[in-house]
Amino acid sequence: MSRLLGNSRRAKSFRESVAGYDKQLNLIVGSLLLIGTLLVWAATRHWFASQGLDPQYYVKRHVLNITIGLLLAYGTTLIDYRLLRAYTPFVWGAGILGLAAVLIPGVGSTINGARSWISFPGGFTLQPAELAKISVIIGMAMLLAEARDKDSAPSHLDVIKSLVVALVPMLLIILEPDLGEALIISASVIAIIGVSGAPSRWVIGLLLIGVLTGVVAVKAGVIHQYQVKRLQAFVNPAADPQQSGYQLRQSRITIGSGGIVGRGLFSGPQTNGRFVPEQQTDFIFTVAGEELGFLGSGLILLLFGLFFVRAFAIAARTSDIFGRLVCIGVIAWFAFQTFENIGMTMGLMPMTGVPLPFMSYGGSSMFANLVGLGLLQSVHLRSR
Amino acid sequence: MNQRARLSLIVTQTLVLSLMLALFGRLFFLQVASGPKYQNAALSIQSRDIVNPAIRGAITDNSGLPLAMDRPGMQISVDRSATDALSDKGLAVFARLAKLLSLTPNDIYTRTRLCGELAIGQRTGCWNGTRQQPIPLTKLVTQAQALRVLENPSLFPGVDAASVPIRSYPTLAGENATHVLGYTGVVTDADLLNSGNHYYHNEIVGKSGLELVYDNYLRGTPGVKTLIVDRKEVISSVAQNTKSIAGNNLVTHLDARLQAATEKALASSVARSRSLGYHADSGAAVVMDVTNGAILAMASYPTYDLNMWQKGLTTKQASDLFSVSTGVPALSRAIQGVYAPASTFKSISIVAAKAAGYNMNSLYNCPAQLKVGTQVFKNFETKSQGNINMTEAIAVSCDTIWYQIAFDQWLKDGGLNPHSPVNDYFFNSARSFGVGTKTGIDLPGELSGRLPDRQWKQNYYDTNKAFFCNYAARAKPSDLTPYLIAIAHENCLDGNKLRAGDAVNFAIGQGDTLVTPLQLTSIYAAIANGGTLWQPQVARAVLTPQGKVIRTFTPVSNGKIPATSSDISFLHNALRAVATRGTAAGVFSTFPIDVAGKTGTGQVLGRNPDGSAKNDTSWFASFAPSSSPRYAVVMMVSQGGFGAEVSAVGVKDIYSAIFGVVGNKVDPTQAIFPKSGPSATIPKVDPKYAKLSAGVLTK
Repeated sequence: MSRLLGNSRRAKSFRESVAGYDKQLNLIVGSLLLIGTLLVWAATRHWFASQGLDPQYYVKRHVLNITIGLLLAYGTTLIDYRLLRAYTPFVWGAGILGLAAVLIPGVGSTINGARSWISFPGGFTLQPAELAKISVIIGMAMLLAEARDKDSAPSHLDVIKSLVVALVPMLLIILEPDLGEALIISASVIAIIGVSGAPSRWVIGLLLIGVLTGVVAVKAGVIHQYQVKRLQAFVNPAADPQQSGYQLRQSRITIGSGGIVGRGLFSGPQTNGRFVPEQQTDFIFTVAGEELGFLGSGLILLLFGLFFVRAFAIAARTSDIFGRLVCIGVIAWFAFQTFENIGMTMGLMPMTGVPLPFMSYGGSSMFANLVGLGLLQSVHLRSR
Repeated sequence: MNQRARLSLIVTQTLVLSLMLALFGRLFFLQVASGPKYQNAALSIQSRDIVNPAIRGAITDNSGLPLAMDRPGMQISVDRSATDALSDKGLAVFARLAKLLSLTPNDIYTRTRLCGELAIGQRTGCWNGTRQQPIPLTKLVTQAQALRVLENPSLFPGVDAASVPIRSYPTLAGENATHVLGYTGVVTDADLLNSGNHYYHNEIVGKSGLELVYDNYLRGTPGVKTLIVDRKEVISSVAQNTKSIAGNNLVTHLDARLQAATEKALASSVARSRSLGYHADSGAAVVMDVTNGAILAMASYPTYDLNMWQKGLTTKQASDLFSVSTGVPALSRAIQGVYAPASTFKSISIVAAKAAGYNMNSLYNCPAQLKVGTQVFKNFETKSQGNINMTEAIAVSCDTIWYQIAFDQWLKDGGLNPHSPVNDYFFNSARSFGVGTKTGIDLPGELSGRLPDRQWKQNYYDTNKAFFCNYAARAKPSDLTPYLIAIAHENCLDGNKLRAGDAVNFAIGQGDTLVTPLQLTSIYAAIANGGTLWQPQVARAVLTPQGKVIRTFTPVSNGKIPATSSDISFLHNALRAVATRGTAAGVFSTFPIDVAGKTGTGQVLGRNPDGSAKNDTSWFASFAPSSSPRYAVVMMVSQGGFGAEVSAVGVKDIYSAIFGVVGNKVDPTQAIFPKSGPSATIPKVDPKYAKLSAGVLTK
């Protein structure tokens, strides 16, 4: 146990370890969590009350998710991330098992066309893909940082090994199919390889392969009908007004109608009228758009921007290559997921079902996000 | 960290932050730049307007008597949100309702569907309002039917009976005035798109006649209740709730009793014509105040009952309105019927001839016929009269004098090779009288008639040359007679040239000249009043429901006719002579009112659908009293026969009503207007006019 907690000589009290965190990063994430909680509440209270249900149902569970997530994050920072290498194969293997399990009928449950959830008794569900992301990031970082001098680049073999580590869970995720998660992992993969110092043709090559795969997948019908529809709705929202196009159109109108100062928290008629489906999860940003306006939603974007600035600072400060690659993997994941989610609500990106980090309702993603935060803090703690 | 790793870190950081910047830019565009647009879009998603119709203003005659008004009607409506909630979606209720209202269940089903719910092609009768609004099935249910619904809510869930305003035409004086009043209807999608009038869905708006022209005054402002709904259309709040504001009342120059008398005179003239063996397919009559252009009565035959629109037109009724076999009752002949003015045109020719230097007192030969070039032109309404002066020429309606004058003037202008500039006395005179120009009456759809001058000839030729030059190939086989082929050949060669025949026909109002009965009324009113062409006006004033006058319509001059005062007095004498010793003497010689007028009998080319030749157009254009004219009265009966025997008698009936002529005596108590003419004061409109009955007529 003492090994797991790091060198016993350097074991610190809770107070000491907390003191070593990047406080700004915590403040930023804390703000996002707080705003997110209010938004989840705003998105659901009126609707639930009108159905005669507990208006605080969602916000209670959301706070519970955050609490569990914060404990996981704290636990993550206690672990010396460098020791994680030893456990990486197990973490990775557990991720693969989870991903394989959701594909088994009876175990995985299908939500919005993707079989990506494992249901537990008591109404709890787990999304293995969220946790698999972390295993891919750590696994790749380990392989690309292993056994080399500070200034030597990873060999082609290292890159190929790391790609295998990434591709196996990605293939399983594509089988679910969960295009959004697969794209997020791709972003992390490319960012880690790019920063690892590997030959730049790998980065260019992977980007090209990504684009080609997308085109071929659409042409060959590998991408499911609902995904094609979502893409079509993105290009022409009027084409399918009751389904995907409806959601995108409503989403855009809801954000746009907020104007500069917004309609006021809990007072958005679009939100209270429940015109945007899945508003507490993937479309949480529309609540901010309508009720908090440009000032409020701009603040959220600003907080995300500051989050990335701090995260990059951590990545730049650490002298440990493995730590830096983990940071980059986490940054790329958050950055792409944030851009995809908010871009989707504003009609800038096609519709894929990914939640907004730290804000959307949903246990698995909240846990994964906070573990991601824990990883960043863990690197920060040990970079001095 | 080596240089490359640092560089790649910076590149990644720049990339990530630019993604955030892109989101920020997009957010700015959506919320700040396009915010108002999306706010409107959101409002239209969330809000549902329930329109509570305003009471539409009344249209009254010059004494305040309503010609058109809203009266309380009983409406049965269906609330879709209630019927949809039933287990059978309301089918059983619809079946019961169908039985009660003598409709089919399918009728009710269709009428209660939003148009978008039905397949294209099955939308006839669908509801083009919103789901929240009670959907009206009929506005004309009886008290008993309404009570059945109200007393049995369990049998008729979601069905309501309520009183609503319906447009009604009470015909208190027996008048009909269909073509002047026009009708109302539900606003169409095109109306909603087209106007800046802020119409609401299912608002009642004017569709024709005065109802259309003065719709903005009459319509009022509907009360609007705006409900805020959620995605499942559950009402969450009421955003606004305004009361309806009743529309303004429109007072017209029409007199209900004179209108009724005019309609009766027209109908009996048509009947008389038919009894004489003519087709008499249609007709029109107009009474105008010559001092200001006020339209005192205007009738068109055939007509129909405007109340029909409120009951809901059947398909047959709708097609009958526009069917040739029923005489196209929808057409207002007074402003939309165009006919050759025939001899009534000679008043214009007098002014032209005087301008050309002819002496009205000289004697002119009036033979039975005159050869112009190779063609022989005959006197139409009279025989050979020998040498007569111009007064007599008008009185007996001699044509041959005009043939000679027009032919001479045509030759002077160069004949087939006109020199420039041409005098064109006849065309210029007609143009100054307003022939070929709309009078500008405040009714929609007026036609301008036709002035077939040299320019018109040229335009017509340019359009039809190809047809004339390929006549054998393009004409109907039945039109391939040697005569018509010869004419086509002639037209192909030089159809653009004003020929002698065109000129002489024009002088007697035949040929290609066309006028509306209203234009001719305006012309005779101008002769009567000393030369002013007044713009005909039906509207007199707009009053608020409380009786405050918010607009009065003052007379508008369309200009002066080119007649000197000696021309005017000559015409007054000559037109009076028509009634005392001329073509209309048989009708008016013993009439106690001094009527001055002119008969017209217009030849019409072509055939009726049954193959018979078309009868002549019967005209009588007049004014009275000739000493100090106040009224111009014109009647026209299409295919009616001679002007004197049909229309002149009808005009006499109208004058009898105006002046109170009984037998051969004037009974002032029977006169519609006192000696001083129509009342100069704007009447009060009784706010309780809905309770008016025929008894009010003894005013």
